[in-house]
Amino acid sequence: MSRIIDDDRALRRLMWRARLVPIVSTMAGSLLALMPVVSDVPLLPSFGLLMLLSWRLLRPEHWPLWIGVPLGAFDDLIGGAPLGSAILLWTLCLLALDAVDSRLIWRDYWQEWLLAAASILFCGLAGLFIAHRTGGGGDLKTIVPQLTLGILLFPVTARIASRLDHWRLGL
Amino acid sequence: MAPPPKRRPGFSRRAQYSLFAAYVVAVLGALLGLLLLLAARFDPVGYAALRGVVLDATTPISAGGREAVDGVREGGSAIGAYFMAASQNRAMRAELERSREALVEARAIEFENRRLKRLLALSEQRPERIAAARLVGSTSATARSFATLTAGRAQGVVPGQPVRAAEGLVGRVIEAGRWSSRVLLLTDAGNVVPVRVARDGNPALVSGLGDGRLEAKPLLPGARPFRRGDILVTSGTGGLYGPNVPVAVVTQANDDRAIAYPLANPARVDFAIVEAAYLPPETPAAGAAPAAATPAGTAP
Repeated sequence: MSRIIDDDRALRRLMWRARLVPIVSTMAGSLLALMPVVSDVPLLPSFGLLMLLSWRLLRPEHWPLWIGVPLGAFDDLIGGAPLGSAILLWTLCLLALDAVDSRLIWRDYWQEWLLAAASILFCGLAGLFIAHRTGGGGDLKTIVPQLTLGILLFPVTARIASRLDHWRLGL
Repeated sequence: MAPPPKRRPGFSRRAQYSLFAAYVVAVLGALLGLLLLLAARFDPVGYAALRGVVLDATTPISAGGREAVDGVREGGSAIGAYFMAASQNRAMRAELERSREALVEARAIEFENRRLKRLLALSEQRPERIAAARLVGSTSATARSFATLTAGRAQGVVPGQPVRAAEGLVGRVIEAGRWSSRVLLLTDAGNVVPVRVARDGNPALVSGLGDGRLEAKPLLPGARPFRRGDILVTSGTGGLYGPNVPVAVVTQANDDRAIAYPLANPARVDFAIVEAAYLPPETPAAGAAPAAATPAGTAP
């Protein structure tokens, strides 16, 4: 349902929307960690990371490489992880995805899932390592459900990102 | 496929430079993250002010939704109770019989206790209650176990104070904002609590396993003090946690270790009480106390 944009203001609004929607949706993913459930087992995956990966794999050129720094800082402050962990891990993920992108000729759905799964595993394991270094954290098997859920939920967030993509571009 | 030797976004100098700059900024950002992490490792209370502000800003979000979640959970257990009614009824009758006996026993013991205390002229030290507040949320996406409490510095809550519920110990405050604070739960691996077995008074240490369970280790080497069903209460050793607060129940006694579950399940506890940090009445061997007896673990 495309429409003709004749208004200058509407065009400007559309451009802002196109730029802000990915950022806001990733921050909303981070905010999901505030869900009013007190649990003593880490169960929910980091939805901020899932949204970041979804957008990055959907639109590789949309974000500059350093977007992991501000978004990661926001996630750290909300999620209670030591400040700096998501900044570091998310940026490393983005750099690795960039390196992979320059080697792959084409990408399909399964490859995207594989890349996302590798990123989620990396961030989970490195996050556990950081938690251990900063005086806490549990056994490896305590984060297995969280990682599994994250990998299984990635197609869902990828679908959400593509829906939002349609809306933000006014398609 | 090998990457092309040079990745150029075109002939535009500006585009080339901005691509290069993005790489530089990203790598610098990653290094910044690493530095922040190292700072967190060596100075766990850094950025406390910043974290406090964010905590204050986000707590109302969790607090608002908590009622709805509670409602859903209550509904779930109500349906469960309907199906389990008969067997539950029998089990509860049996338990009531047992606890009646225990109650009589406890009354006798309490009487004797009071008499002995009078003999010793001990004054009961009640820890000062700082605030009563609600546990509204937890950081479920990290490997640590934190919960958010709706009381902060405005109510007198400062990091280091123990948090308990009616059922037992919950944890201790590690970060305090103006109106909310973050609680390090018992189940976190960084939280070590000196306890004793309520049955015979054997000292032990309890630390979290990170998955909702606790691990109890005896302080005396070679001792096997744990039995299934033992209640562990705080001993007050080393200060911070006052004595005789119920902590956990042993569910599985291995060789010299035991697996225990916290008595105050943070997922069910609604109200928690923040108490003043406990100071032991006299500390003749404060310097000689083993390092393990002080609640170890650093706040992040």
